[in-house]
Amino acid sequence: MTTTTQNGTRKIVINPVTRVEGHGKVTIQLDEANHVTQARLHIIEFRGFERFVQGHFYWEVPVMVQRLCGICPVSHHLCASKACDMIVGAEAITPTAEKIRRLMHYGQTFQSHALHFYHLSSPDLLFGFDAPVEQRNVIGVIGAYPEIAKKAVLMRKFGQEVIKATVGKKIHGTGSIPGGVNKHLTLEDRDRLAADVDTMVEWSLEGLQLCKELTRNGDEMLLPFGAFESNFLSIVRADGCLDLYDGNLRAKNADGEIIFDQVDPSDYLDVIREGVRNWSYMKFPFIRDLGQEKGWYRVGPLARINNCDFIDTPIAEAERQEFIQIGGGRPVHATMAYHWARLIELVHSAEKMRELLADPDVLRGELTTSGERRGSGIAIIEAPRGTLIHHYDVDENDQVVRGNLIVSTTHNNEAMNQAVRVVADQYLEGQAEISEGMLNAIEVGIRAYDPCLSCATHALGQMRLLVQLIGPHGDVLDERMRA
Amino acid sequence: MSLLDIDERILQLTEWVEFDKSPINDKKRFDRMVDIGIIEGGCSNDENVEFLRMFRENCHTLVAIGACALTGGVPAMRNTVPLRECLEEAFLSGPSVVDGVIPNDPDIPIMLDRVYPAHEVVKIDYFIPGCPPSADALWAAIVALLEGREPRLDYELLKYD
Repeated sequence: MTTTTQNGTRKIVINPVTRVEGHGKVTIQLDEANHVTQARLHIIEFRGFERFVQGHFYWEVPVMVQRLCGICPVSHHLCASKACDMIVGAEAITPTAEKIRRLMHYGQTFQSHALHFYHLSSPDLLFGFDAPVEQRNVIGVIGAYPEIAKKAVLMRKFGQEVIKATVGKKIHGTGSIPGGVNKHLTLEDRDRLAADVDTMVEWSLEGLQLCKELTRNGDEMLLPFGAFESNFLSIVRADGCLDLYDGNLRAKNADGEIIFDQVDPSDYLDVIREGVRNWSYMKFPFIRDLGQEKGWYRVGPLARINNCDFIDTPIAEAERQEFIQIGGGRPVHATMAYHWARLIELVHSAEKMRELLADPDVLRGELTTSGERRGSGIAIIEAPRGTLIHHYDVDENDQVVRGNLIVSTTHNNEAMNQAVRVVADQYLEGQAEISEGMLNAIEVGIRAYDPCLSCATHALGQMRLLVQLIGPHGDVLDERMRA
Repeated sequence: MSLLDIDERILQLTEWVEFDKSPINDKKRFDRMVDIGIIEGGCSNDENVEFLRMFRENCHTLVAIGACALTGGVPAMRNTVPLRECLEEAFLSGPSVVDGVIPNDPDIPIMLDRVYPAHEVVKIDYFIPGCPPSADALWAAIVALLEGREPRLDYELLKYD
């Protein structure tokens, strides 16, 4: 499919990127000597939420904003609720409200991580990057590994059931409100979920062992694959513990040294800024003091496991200690280590759900609280894919006058572009013939970040990827799509 | 992806149907006619329109699912605001933006003036409402189509939330 122009240069296009959420496209330019001169991930959707949220009442926002996405709506629902907590003056919500919110958040993280690993990424790891297209998908996994596939389906189902029990619906519920939550967990739901949660801990650990075999022992190329160094950003608890629901910002550099620590979410503008490039609808965040060139960073499971000092659940903590050995005192930088870190969090989420389902506070207690009304609310949560920031300013009529969102996948924008460049160098450099498997390798590099380009562009839909080969004068020489 | 909420029934579905082109596999383009196409989302840029037309051309029966496909949904809230204002708020005047520019490279699609529901772009054969429709509603409709029956959702499955 690859064609050559008179001057011998090429442009490869992957469109759509598949087995990820949202819409994306890759373009790669090669010169006469088949040297990669440019590689980009373009995000091709735009919604404009920041503008059209203006004028809406703040209490509508937690229900409205979650409709940016059907995969982790709970993250937006909770982050917007936390921002609204500030607006209604709920400095600290009640223990019951916090525990119910945490339960829905861990339920969501559990289902999202299971979906990403088993349904979207495991085919690359189980069958190989260049396995036949017909086999390299979850239907192929169901055929070849029915036991794994069945557990994957049931794990995702469990997470969705936890969400339904706490939020009212599996997707786009209404459980979290400014200042707290609107219902307790029922005794029936609690008992039903508690009966299965031990199995979920056990199966998530099996998943982690499988992932470790596939990313470390299975094939030595997996750790060097698409590897590059970066800064890392996440929230951590005040004592440095991993916390997905609440905490303060911490950033580390590539050597693991602290860039900043315990920055209150309200001060995010002191440390984070976003650049814009004309070839993508997704912005490029960076650490303000380091500038656009050096200040980009990674978020998500790899950043969180690298950044935290410890995990407060025993099985996940033991796994974290094993994981950090790979770094030998420095952060772990391998792109494929994202999968491993993600499954440590899968185990952690199961352990956390087990704790919360045994806690009587989720069944009774005060649901909401409020205090002195404020004109602004800023909140940060660790969504499955990484740090999520919501910021709303409201007027005296309770209407939103400004909304700013920096969503998880956006933080990883430069990192995913870096992954595309590194994998392109590893697989396409000097190659006259480009195979489907080589192009899938580029998608494997993007997929490791579990991008959800739906909400990253504040969009709805499935991500599609196209690779284009561009001549040095900008002419499209070839488009590559799987057919 | 809300289709995945059919849970274990997906194992059964894989025995009944062959998935041709979907977000969970790597087939990028149609190479044959398929019996049933399921689409979600409205059209907000020229590529959305192109893909929707491609689905119409390659699917005997085309089913639109979810609020966005049926009415434009939450993204269509931008229809009340000029597109330029949305772009300026996101890329020029947002509080965290530095050196803002409105993206306009030929490699990214052109935004439409407004978000359009699917049936305003191509003919849609069946509509399943909901944000998203429940797994039971999707399942009932899919099973009816596979059995050659006219899909009719029971009252309790018809939700517009």
